[in-house]
Amino acid sequence: MIEAILISVIIAATPILIAALGEVVAERSGVLNLGVEGMMIVGAVTAFATAQITGSPYLAILTAALAGVAMAGLFAILAIWLATNQVATGLALTLFGLGVASLAGESFVGRPGVKLGDIAVPYLSDLPYVGTVLFAQSPLFYLSIALTVGVTVFLFRTRAGLRLRSVGDQPVAAHALGLKVNRIRTLAVLFGGLCAGIAGAQLTLVYTPQWIDGLSAGRGWIALALVVFASWRPTRVLAGAYLFGAVTIAQFHAQAFGVDIPSQFLSALPYLATILVLVIFASNRRFTMVNTPAALGRPFVPDR
Amino acid sequence: MTPPLLEIRNLTKTFGSLKANDSISLTLGEGEIVALLGENGAGKSTLVKMLFGALQPDSGDILWRDKETVISEPAVARRLGISMVHQHFSLFEAFTVEENIALGLPDMPRAGLAEKARTLSAEYGLPLDPGALVADLSVGERQRIEIVRCLLQNPTLVIMDEPTSVLTPQEVERLFGTLRKLKAEGRTVVYISHKLEEVRALCERAVILRHGKVVETCIPAERTAAELASAMVGGAIANVGRTKRTPTPVLAVRGLDQPAATTFGTSLSDINLDVRPGEVVGIAGIAGNGQSELFAMLSGEELAAKADAVTLLGEPVGRIGIDGRRRRGAAFVPEERLGHGAVPPFDLSDNALVSRHRMSDGTAAPLGFLRHGAARRLAARVIKAMDVRAQGTHSTAGSLSGGNLQKFVVGRELDAKPKLLIVDQPTWGVDAGAAANIRQHLIDLAESGAGVLVISQDLDELFEIADRIAVIAAGRLSPAAPADTLTREAIGLLMAGPAPSSPPSASPPSTSPTHAAGPPSPPPASPAAEHSHAH
Repeated sequence: MIEAILISVIIAATPILIAALGEVVAERSGVLNLGVEGMMIVGAVTAFATAQITGSPYLAILTAALAGVAMAGLFAILAIWLATNQVATGLALTLFGLGVASLAGESFVGRPGVKLGDIAVPYLSDLPYVGTVLFAQSPLFYLSIALTVGVTVFLFRTRAGLRLRSVGDQPVAAHALGLKVNRIRTLAVLFGGLCAGIAGAQLTLVYTPQWIDGLSAGRGWIALALVVFASWRPTRVLAGAYLFGAVTIAQFHAQAFGVDIPSQFLSALPYLATILVLVIFASNRRFTMVNTPAALGRPFVPDR
Repeated sequence: MTPPLLEIRNLTKTFGSLKANDSISLTLGEGEIVALLGENGAGKSTLVKMLFGALQPDSGDILWRDKETVISEPAVARRLGISMVHQHFSLFEAFTVEENIALGLPDMPRAGLAEKARTLSAEYGLPLDPGALVADLSVGERQRIEIVRCLLQNPTLVIMDEPTSVLTPQEVERLFGTLRKLKAEGRTVVYISHKLEEVRALCERAVILRHGKVVETCIPAERTAAELASAMVGGAIANVGRTKRTPTPVLAVRGLDQPAATTFGTSLSDINLDVRPGEVVGIAGIAGNGQSELFAMLSGEELAAKADAVTLLGEPVGRIGIDGRRRRGAAFVPEERLGHGAVPPFDLSDNALVSRHRMSDGTAAPLGFLRHGAARRLAARVIKAMDVRAQGTHSTAGSLSGGNLQKFVVGRELDAKPKLLIVDQPTWGVDAGAAANIRQHLIDLAESGAGVLVISQDLDELFEIADRIAVIAAGRLSPAAPADTLTREAIGLLMAGPAPSSPPSASPPSTSPTHAAGPPSPPPASPAAEHSHAH
């Protein structure tokens, strides 16, 4: 019973974690991409369609990732190279993504999906208590943990990560140092799209292997909020994502047990709880200030 | 004779209709310290940016060691051995010193970088802690990062843009020691500064630009500062003079305390200060020691805890905001021209309204309507009175050069005929001609019976115009002492504060007493009279 609950928490947390990690990288470079929800759902429908046609969930992950990158590329052309307003462009990307996914997914509604199988790690999965929970999971769970470590190391331990953060902090100074501000930002945004696409694939391949219109259900927005409240730190994003997952599952069970609270309130609970805890996290002003990309949302146009 | 390190031939750069650089030619030899002089907008920055690869010339050639070279981007400049210490530091506040250095040196492995930086900074007398967060450092320390970063690249040509405008006299001495060491090693330094005395002391050659052209090349030690200045401006610069004053304060500050409002801010503690009609009081200090916080408290942008902490013309105003204080006869010029003193995208007549619309002097009509005609006339009056070089009242504030905008902002406040004027950094980044103009207006205002409080990092400026000078360090204000009883060294010691922020290195090249020698000597003047209230 507890194992089943823990596993469902992991499944609920994973897509948010992956999408939020991608957005951390994008925002650390100074680009606010509000299109996460759109990129995610396009990834989801792409994965579902690919799995339907080819039967291969791994190919589905790949195409979903590419779809996310394509969406992010669209955003990058507009918001980075043509210096359009990032907020408006991101919102448009989300609306566009939702529309495209709805259109593309129309014929898939009601069809059974292909499920991505779990992979049990030899020996480790036999460990008592934690074995099945942590080591007999979908490969996307392992990927999400690897990404958390990878993004942390990249941002704070490598020169490339330092450059990326510098571009997000003071693009003018970074440009003066000879860094290619907009190229770095584009790569960061594309990485964000890649992650959002994979997060979408997790929704249709692991979470609910079927297609419903509006499947992403605001998870892209939660990922976005998570990034801010987690002060752009990957480890805090991990904590926030799991908190969200835990409360999501808890409210499912509460509803099943017939707790006398309106179900609408219970459904809103994960969002409320996550935001509340992260607001408390974010109350350390100095920590937040040091970690906030100072140039977030501001396009960079080099003067010539 | 060895070939010159760098030769420029007929370099021209045009922005719109403005020729920023008009066929400039000059040569730099190895092991020279050359000053680049000129008013704001004379084309110094444009020229230097082209040498550093941040801008491309429209025409003309750059020869590096006799070979024609295109410096297409900063990375190319760096590979040649050209490196630059910027006026507005290109540092990342939220990053550590070591991270900042690593960012500027893309070709150097990060492992051991901190150690290298430490060794080099000790060698040149520029103590630095690689692990410190830049936001926590003083301006002088930040400049050391830029210099160390620059030196780690082993440059042959170092460009310094206004390096001393934010330093204490002791720090300036130390910097000069470093620069002379660079010269002795055969490196060339291009030194941009508005401080002509420094140029005379340091540089062996000066190139003077005016309106984008080289108007003169001379040996600065053979000229007086006034001669250099008039060559820059193309005419004589007015001498600034002042006379004696009498008591009764227009501004009285008593026991003002204020905790830091932001993470990187400074707390003010127990500030006491009087400004009497007819006098100019100066507040010296290194940036970031509480000047902005003090200005905010005095102007009413931040309210004091107690109403009687700030008294204006005998009335407690500590709990009254900025508009209320303006209506009572005070006027304020903040440090930041763009975005604080003026709204860059607004035209000058709208900017005239910005600080005046709550005053009952004609720009505001009943029910919150504005009188644009009156605002235009006000702006035109200011432009005329202050000799602001603008196309007209419809020019946007952002299109004016720093000096001209500053003249406009100061003029706007003067036009209200204030009884008290508080100015933060009146001539920061303003050329010699405009600076003299602004200073004269401040003195004239005091002569007319108003009190003037000037917060400035420029000691020469304070000695020129202030009757009394106080020093702010780490949020504490020393008693104001008559300017003629003070020496630069005494002020420098007070500016460094009671505790030195960094230990001295092995053998600093500086010949002046370093500020690390225990607590500073007692304040120079007799400050006892200061605290006796005027009545």
